[in-house]
Amino acid sequence: MYHKTMHYRIFNVFNTCLLVSLAILCIIPLLHVLAISFSSKAAADASLVGLWPVDFSLEAYKKTINNPAFLHSIWVSIARTVLGTALTLAVTFLAAYPLSKDNRVFRSRSIYSWLFVFSMVFNGGLVPFYIVIQKLGLINSFWVLVLPSTVNTFLVILMLNFFRGIPKELEEAALIDGAGHFKTLFKIFLPISLPSIATIALFSMVFHWNSWFDGLLYINNAKDFPLATFLQTVIIQRDMSSMSMSPKEMEMLSQTTVNAAQIFIGAAPILLVYPFLQRFFVKGMTLGSVKE
Amino acid sequence: MKRIKKTWPFHVMLLPALICLFLFSYLPMGGIIMAFQDYKPWEGVGGSAWVGLDNFRYLFERQDSMQVIWNTLVIAVMKIVFNLLIPFVFAILLNEIRKTALQRSIQTMVYLPHFLSWVILGGILIEMLAVDGFVNRILAAVGLDPVFFLGDNNWFRFTVIVSDVWKEFGYNTIVFLAALAGVSPTLYEAAEMDGANRLKQTLHITIPSMIPITIVVGTLALGNILNAGFDQIFNLYNPLVYEKGDIIDTFVYRTAILNGEMGFGTAIGLFKSVISMALILVSYRLAYKWAGYRIF
Repeated sequence: MYHKTMHYRIFNVFNTCLLVSLAILCIIPLLHVLAISFSSKAAADASLVGLWPVDFSLEAYKKTINNPAFLHSIWVSIARTVLGTALTLAVTFLAAYPLSKDNRVFRSRSIYSWLFVFSMVFNGGLVPFYIVIQKLGLINSFWVLVLPSTVNTFLVILMLNFFRGIPKELEEAALIDGAGHFKTLFKIFLPISLPSIATIALFSMVFHWNSWFDGLLYINNAKDFPLATFLQTVIIQRDMSSMSMSPKEMEMLSQTTVNAAQIFIGAAPILLVYPFLQRFFVKGMTLGSVKE
Repeated sequence: MKRIKKTWPFHVMLLPALICLFLFSYLPMGGIIMAFQDYKPWEGVGGSAWVGLDNFRYLFERQDSMQVIWNTLVIAVMKIVFNLLIPFVFAILLNEIRKTALQRSIQTMVYLPHFLSWVILGGILIEMLAVDGFVNRILAAVGLDPVFFLGDNNWFRFTVIVSDVWKEFGYNTIVFLAALAGVSPTLYEAAEMDGANRLKQTLHITIPSMIPITIVVGTLALGNILNAGFDQIFNLYNPLVYEKGDIIDTFVYRTAILNGEMGFGTAIGLFKSVISMALILVSYRLAYKWAGYRIF
């Protein structure tokens, strides 16, 4: 057996060390920011913090939590994530069912599927999209964060591939017993597709929580930014002028530790659902890529 | 059987999705006529003057737009190459680790950055790569000069590519690991019987069995050749590194949205969309021809 040879054992030790250090390297940046967020302002400003907090302090989190603008942006993010995910789920679930049918059963299917696929390979670009959003009156509206991303063809394909895997007999039996297509979809397909619905829900939730550009582009009033956009302007652009803040608040936001705390709070929901993400995403990836 | 033949419920089920597609995909496509206009917001799409191909001529005459297209190509190609090569090797090495718990933990750590947005990662990188940041303190400790990773034209592309690999390589490993899990163990057993050591087995069984998926992933990546990653660049760049780091998407944002050159911005966007579409169609054709891959 090859595992027992000397060469392989030496290789194995090296290999394990290499991969473990690479893996640790991947999360070191996150640990560093976490350490800063729990350090005192003085230690952080003097660049003393490595991977462990220096002068442990909860000051940064206290300040962050007491910032009404920050709290409001969390609320906007939660609202868009919940509404956006619910809408995407409903629309995707409904659309995937007819698209999963055979061309002989549903003649117009190929026209519809081309409409979906074409929307994936071609787009009008940023400027026409902006004009359409403007003409629809969505500028500065909360709904601009929810509606445009409702249909994602990739998620529709994921769902329809799952539907294709459901035995035909199940559907035929329901139809023969007199159920219509809607009844079949909601009474037969819905209960057994919960795992793939969960996958799509997770995709959509991560997308909404992480989206920042739509807020920056279509919402002019910083008060209505979702958290990701808020962080983008505060941490990356450091653009305080648009934020209409008191000098005290500005002073607070320029602190490294507060930035670190905000980054960490922004990442926290993703870290919380991460165990589920890992399981479902791997499934979703392979579901989306390997098929007949 | 007449009931089964009825298809009206299908059309009804598709209606909500089609409305969204119409509003947010097909309506903007109509807006590409702006690329042939000197668009003025107060005159609208109907009233703005036609300028034919002037916007496109302007695109090829302007020094900065050619630089931007070149930057996009360089950054995108480097990302494609490294995001294929590194996951390929990483998957093979990870597959050699037999302890499932250890393998799992490594996967958990390397997949993580994929799920965080570039706002979060950008915030972290700006902090870490600052002149007095964590990385430069380590460089100083081993006696090297500080590097201004995000403000130096010689370093910016390097930083962008390395940080993109950091975010994505773990996630890109998944498809390769799936391919490796599908290799029949009998192949290895037979090779073992014939006295092949692990290196020989890797060269003659593992790597050949990964070739089809590598071709698929590689060809499909062609469609991204003008996609250098807006989210990442936008959150990392600054005027100091426009020369080497400005890409098509960030350029469109600045010229069209911030400077109001709407017609010109649409033209660059259209230029990018058309080339990307052509490449996507070609790459899917090729992936189907070479590896029997289909999406639909």
